[in-house]
Amino acid sequence: MKDENIKKVLLLGSGALKIGEAGEFDYSGSQALKALREEGVYTVLINPNIATVQTSEGVADQIYFLPVQPYFVERVIEKERPDGILLAFGGQTALNCGVELYKSGVLEKYSVKVLGTPVQAIMDTEDRELFVEKLNEIDVKTIKSEACETIEQARKAAAQLGYPVILRAAYALGGLGSGFCDNEEELDKLAEKAFSFSPQVLVEKSLKGWKEIEYEVVRDRYDNCITVCNMENFDPLGIHTGESIVIAPSQTLTNSEYHKLRALSIKIIRHIGIVGECNVQYAFDPKSEDYRVIEVNARLSRSSALASKATGYPLAFVAAKLGMGYGLFELKNSVTKTTSAFFEPALDYVVCKIPRWDLSKFRGVDKELGSSMKSVGEVMAIGRNFEEAIQKGLRMIGQGMHGFVENKELEIDDIDAALREPTDKRVFIISKAMHKGYTIDQIHDLTKIDKWFLQKLKHIIDIDERMKALKSVNNLDKELLREAKIYGFTDFQIARAVGLETELHSMAKAGLVVRNLRKSYGILPYVKQIDTLAAEYPAQTNYLYLTYSAVAHDIKFLGDKRSIIVLGSGAYRIGSSVEFDWCGVQALQTIRKEGYRSVMINYNPETVSTDYDMCDRLYFDELTFERVMDIIDIENPHGVIVSTGGQIPNNLAMRLDAQRVPILGTSAKDIDNAEDRAKFSSMLTRNGINQPEWSALTSMDDINKFIDRVGFPVLVRPSYVLSGAAMNVCSNAEELERFLKLAANVSEDHPVVVSRFIEHAKEIEMDAVAKNGEIIAYAISEHIEFAGVHSGDATIQFPPQKLYVETVRRIKRVSRQIAKELHISGPFNIQFMARDNDILVIECNLRASRSFPFVSKVLKINLIEIATKVMLGLPVEKPHKSLFDLDYVGIKASQFSFNRLQKADPVLGVDMASTGEVGCIGEDTSCALLKSMLSVGYRIPERNILLSTGSAKQKAEMLDAARTLVQHGYKLYATGGTSKFLTENGVGNTTVYWPSEDNQPQALDMLHNHEIDMVVNIPKNLSAGELSNGYKIRRAAIDLNVPLITNSRLASAFISAFCNMSIEDIAIKSWSEYK
Amino acid sequence: MKNVTLVLEDGTKFHGKSFGYDQPVAGEVVFNTAMMGYPESLTDPSYAGQLMTLTYPLVGNYGVPPFTVEPDGIATFMESDKIYASAIIVADYSEEYSHWNAVESLADWLKREHVPGITGIDTRQLTKVLREHGVMMGKILFDDEPDNIPQADYEGVNFVDLVSCKEIIRYNEGAGKKVVLVDCGVKNNIIRCLTNRGVEVVRVPWNYDYTSMDFDGLFLGNGPGDPDMCEDAVQIIRKQMSLSRKPICGICMGNQLLAKAGGATIYKLKYGHRSHNQPVREVGTNKCYVTSQNHGYAVDAKTLGKDWRELFVNMNDGSNEGVCHVENPWFTSQFHPEACSGPVDTEFMFDRFVDKLK
Repeated sequence: MKDENIKKVLLLGSGALKIGEAGEFDYSGSQALKALREEGVYTVLINPNIATVQTSEGVADQIYFLPVQPYFVERVIEKERPDGILLAFGGQTALNCGVELYKSGVLEKYSVKVLGTPVQAIMDTEDRELFVEKLNEIDVKTIKSEACETIEQARKAAAQLGYPVILRAAYALGGLGSGFCDNEEELDKLAEKAFSFSPQVLVEKSLKGWKEIEYEVVRDRYDNCITVCNMENFDPLGIHTGESIVIAPSQTLTNSEYHKLRALSIKIIRHIGIVGECNVQYAFDPKSEDYRVIEVNARLSRSSALASKATGYPLAFVAAKLGMGYGLFELKNSVTKTTSAFFEPALDYVVCKIPRWDLSKFRGVDKELGSSMKSVGEVMAIGRNFEEAIQKGLRMIGQGMHGFVENKELEIDDIDAALREPTDKRVFIISKAMHKGYTIDQIHDLTKIDKWFLQKLKHIIDIDERMKALKSVNNLDKELLREAKIYGFTDFQIARAVGLETELHSMAKAGLVVRNLRKSYGILPYVKQIDTLAAEYPAQTNYLYLTYSAVAHDIKFLGDKRSIIVLGSGAYRIGSSVEFDWCGVQALQTIRKEGYRSVMINYNPETVSTDYDMCDRLYFDELTFERVMDIIDIENPHGVIVSTGGQIPNNLAMRLDAQRVPILGTSAKDIDNAEDRAKFSSMLTRNGINQPEWSALTSMDDINKFIDRVGFPVLVRPSYVLSGAAMNVCSNAEELERFLKLAANVSEDHPVVVSRFIEHAKEIEMDAVAKNGEIIAYAISEHIEFAGVHSGDATIQFPPQKLYVETVRRIKRVSRQIAKELHISGPFNIQFMARDNDILVIECNLRASRSFPFVSKVLKINLIEIATKVMLGLPVEKPHKSLFDLDYVGIKASQFSFNRLQKADPVLGVDMASTGEVGCIGEDTSCALLKSMLSVGYRIPERNILLSTGSAKQKAEMLDAARTLVQHGYKLYATGGTSKFLTENGVGNTTVYWPSEDNQPQALDMLHNHEIDMVVNIPKNLSAGELSNGYKIRRAAIDLNVPLITNSRLASAFISAFCNMSIEDIAIKSWSEYK
Repeated sequence: MKNVTLVLEDGTKFHGKSFGYDQPVAGEVVFNTAMMGYPESLTDPSYAGQLMTLTYPLVGNYGVPPFTVEPDGIATFMESDKIYASAIIVADYSEEYSHWNAVESLADWLKREHVPGITGIDTRQLTKVLREHGVMMGKILFDDEPDNIPQADYEGVNFVDLVSCKEIIRYNEGAGKKVVLVDCGVKNNIIRCLTNRGVEVVRVPWNYDYTSMDFDGLFLGNGPGDPDMCEDAVQIIRKQMSLSRKPICGICMGNQLLAKAGGATIYKLKYGHRSHNQPVREVGTNKCYVTSQNHGYAVDAKTLGKDWRELFVNMNDGSNEGVCHVENPWFTSQFHPEACSGPVDTEFMFDRFVDKLK
């Protein structure tokens, strides 16, 4: 039964999205809050991530945009006095914070009860030694590591563990001296080398090539246990599960194997004493039933979010209820609403998760996949066969791939090596190898991927080859066409295979020919439900997917024209993440409130928009033109919203419009008028609006000529954005070339826009909603950094604190003109550059932008709600409040994940690099900035600061800040030029030396000795040489977890903030207290 | 692969392809929502006379293990000596398989045992039809032999008699306590679960009168079809209960036979429980279990005699999942504690039974 003493509960969120801790915790926290509110519990949330759904109005009773750190949590506890705390819904961040609060006695001091899994159980799973001991008690096998100090000991340990073994040199960074040994001879050789690096060597049994299997397990306080889902990694052990393609349910396990591991999971969770949800990961021998437990996560995780979406079982919701004291048998299955929550979902489909990497955004980054996570997002594809699911998934990751086959040819020098050493491209290399005639056995030997998966992939290749052999669409019969569709081929893949693309010189037209052909044959996809029980009982669920392996729809379509389809934002990637999920959810809620049927299409398992009860119908499916059209054909909607999901839906507008799809809000033609640089520019010129000098260029020669005229730096952007890389600043020829190679094929069809870039200009954003060309509501915000830092990485201040009134007036006027000219009805964003009072328009997007949730929440006016009403054609009133009325400041700061991206240069500028953001509110800039910088992991330095402040101009900019530091008792260390400059200007400092210099003290040594508390390293220009001194310092700061700032404006602002106020001065105020 | 059509009693048709033995067949069409365990299910005698539809679409992935036999005569990996289901109906048969313990493909096995298998069927839609109409008879017809139409009956057939052993078989002879196992179509894992607990098992035909034998406990196994066809077995159980208080345990059909012997009546479920995820709760406790089930008939708990009570109930539809006697050590489960296939959470039923064999 429910614990009636718990009336107020504090939930810890996970903060900014970062690699390894992303949107899944918005989903889990939101579900938990929903579950608690249903119980009448008063909820308090701490999460600085302002773009999340959980920090929206109506989800928690009180929201604190504060760092999830023991100090701040204690202050909130002190103020709010909650009865209970939930630690399992905010990832590792919340869990670690909770354990610290427990250990320091804070929870006891304020009598806060930890709901769900007890802290002792959490500690038993987090501490490796305790964990192994705990599982030894119940004879469950774990991966053992033997520490040896002599070769003799290593030999003995290896013999006991059984070859092959892995040898690791202890205390050595980056895997120096590690390797596999198949026999004693190899061990002797490697051990000798390892002992030269380190006095201690760790010997472990090698599980290379073992399968990796996971179970999601739930337990209530009555000891009732279920496993909600199991999952099998396509990639064998050795690749982090966050980096693996994952299939649910397992495909290659027999009944005996499945249930052996299931029973073990339950045994483990009982022994550890989990109450709620946890995840058990196994290594499983592909040649016997031998296993090892890799780890147990005593909290909601990425895998549990995936399991939840894969099965329809709301794990986080149920876990929260179990934390409140319920038994599983007291809860209903929220999908069927009639059956019990104590049951295990039966799937009648297969789910395939594929990670999304953005490695090409980082300079110098190691592309090989391994035991640490690098992916920034993931997709989940659903099919009724494996081929269909994986082909859908490979399209969903949004890297320009059409499926497993019929992609742009990859250039690979050594296929064997590329198969053996996995990178983000491996699955496509398998495709290439198969086309080249590699056998399944060969590929299996190189990759250790289970042959079953390879056989299925080969099946796709076989169908593809059969179509290719036809040479013409006229030879394609109905049966083969149907077979191809069943196994996940798109119309375009089929068109390309039979040569239609070459024939028609157009991807779009070729695809449409096949589309019309198959429709004439009656080959249509059907809508199926995800109902948790494989159709055994009727279910109310509107959680849907499309498949060709079917003969009937699961639901009835009324054709009542009451559906409004919202296109979602797809996989999280750098540049598009939780903020668009927020926009989508707000649109859905408004649609529902206005009496329409809200329909979402999205495929990202980390999102709230794909939660079971966020909309009236959820199509967990592709956002390709083909699939969106399929759904529109079936739904026959009143309209489609393309402006709340970022660039993916925006890019579909023209093609959908050509098929007469009713697009709500701004017309597709006007979207094109904004996206097409030439059209947009001539509109600006017509209206006397300034813009940086630019030209659309179709060859390298033209580009060079243009630059000869205007000079570097230049701003470069493709007319339609490819593969997520947007606009960029290039300071020199090398950088220009690199960017063009990455982002665009310069050609007649895809001209590249190059424009003059103005240095030391302010960047200003206008986020607004217009109706029939008239602005209804708007928010103007300013970047703290000067133009040149990608807008997605910049620190943004709202309302603007340092803009001239005249600048604001001009921005408003220009925005009004643009809104009118483009007949905007809905959300839009314009980016400006301003120097003195001159303002220039950089770009304009007729869709919601990344900063919509931030400005909406700071302003407390939901811009998406207004925009959605506009798009629905409903009357809207102009808000009475404006940004000039706010007595507080909001600051949005970016979260970087460089620590996960080995070798990447942690410098800002050219490409967007941040993986997430926070937004904090304060009385003034300093307070808001301090909160948000602390929230993204900066610390207030204790004493020693290392400065290398770039060019002369930047050095001058930093001078005041340096002086302030010295005044506040900080000790400055500076590299050559900077040191000289500071001394000349009377700022005391100690000279330190670059790695390339011989003298002492060495900057790197000081970092390694933990003598530096903060590094300000400002690159001279925007293209940092990979092996430069600066790179080494920056990288060392990241690897050694020393706060690093690379922008002088941000550094100055941060220094001024922490010198002007201390942590204790930060008021602990909830969102609602800022009035 | 030949084109085939599955025709249901109500006229609904599904088109697919034959991947097993090419021969038309008729039987009762049932569905199972388990996601693995096709070798175990196919060899489960309870599927006799039935066309087994699997809702999980991918089937055949891990091939088929060898049909080896242990020294005690029990198959190592299978649940009986052969395939009992009349056919298997799947959505996406996997022609290639991959598993260290597999020796042949599912298709080869079906062909070897002359059992039809069809693929390419929308088994979710088929399940929904069965869910709405209740289980139905169905026929698998080959499109190239339109006149070859098989006939079969399900109701009114004594499948137990067809699948039960014909003479007594002993396992673990001289091991200690002696258990009489009534074979209505018993699965091998029931025998394994008993012998693993150190008892001798005496397997007798379903209608064998064991009451005068020397034994310590009685075990009533699973079996196919309608328990009302097994009146003989019920009479013998009644006789046994009137003679002694020796422990009795029953599984599935065994539950229904003991309940009948205790006075209860049986009814046919609209659609049976065939899955690995049936939630049951032990009556009067907070203990819940995920169970494996395969039955189309159920005990009407309201009709239980006064000395009997419900032991388990199904948490989804409230149907009976086991009974027990208020005084004597007689208890049953409708679900399958021996699993195979399915979750193994309720194996304690065998411990409870063996503990009572004093």
